[in-house]
Amino acid sequence: MKIDIKNENGTAVATLSGELDHHNAKELRAELDRFIVTAQPRELTIDFGGITFMDSSGIGLIMGRSKLMKECGGRLEVLNPQPYIRRVMKLAGIERIVKIR
Amino acid sequence: MEILNEIKFKMPSLSVNEAAARAVVSSFLIQTDPTVEELSDIRTAVSEAVTNAVVHGYRHGKGDIELTVRLLPNREVYIRIKDKGCGIADIEQAMEPLFTTAPEEERSGLGFSVMQSFMDKLKVKSSAGNGTIVTMRKRLSEHGV
Repeated sequence: MKIDIKNENGTAVATLSGELDHHNAKELRAELDRFIVTAQPRELTIDFGGITFMDSSGIGLIMGRSKLMKECGGRLEVLNPQPYIRRVMKLAGIERIVKIR
Repeated sequence: MEILNEIKFKMPSLSVNEAAARAVVSSFLIQTDPTVEELSDIRTAVSEAVTNAVVHGYRHGKGDIELTVRLLPNREVYIRIKDKGCGIADIEQAMEPLFTTAPEEERSGLGFSVMQSFMDKLKVKSSAGNGTIVTMRKRLSEHGV
């Protein structure tokens, strides 16, 4: 699991790669939260293009970060999930909370 | 039950083994030449069941998780995930979408919903104090056979 965060003038992109499961989600969650709280971006896009596996742990991760972004006055977006990962997101109805592009 | 082939894998309930369980299932199922989608569905369902055992079954300590994968006639895949953890007192409630007993871990309460929608059949046998057995079945398509 890899994460790379770029932040320009309050617009941030977190690019993930690898497998996103319960084991990996903990560390990822801590890293994203640290960034959100310290940098306070207006917009955070999580790029799922490099994610090769995701189960419902990813849903918890997205919902939790969306909530934190809102509390900090910002907005979360999800980018590039593979079709199969999009199915997991759809099952959770996550598009009602977060924009998926 | 006529079993054409079978693999059993036993692992301690460490979260790092969620990936190991997926890898074992993938390797075993290569012989069936599943579609990418079928394999993704099965891997995801297995990941959910093993994660449930790690997070909920053994919430009070560590124990073993047993994974059994069988190939049955007519390209049917049978999967059983068994733990000897704390069990589920109310299975019906546990299977309700979005119900979770571990919100602090950001569990979304969708594990059983994912298993149900990605597999053809799902059965959960459990009672408080007696561990949990999850069995799932999925029939693979006849593509390229």
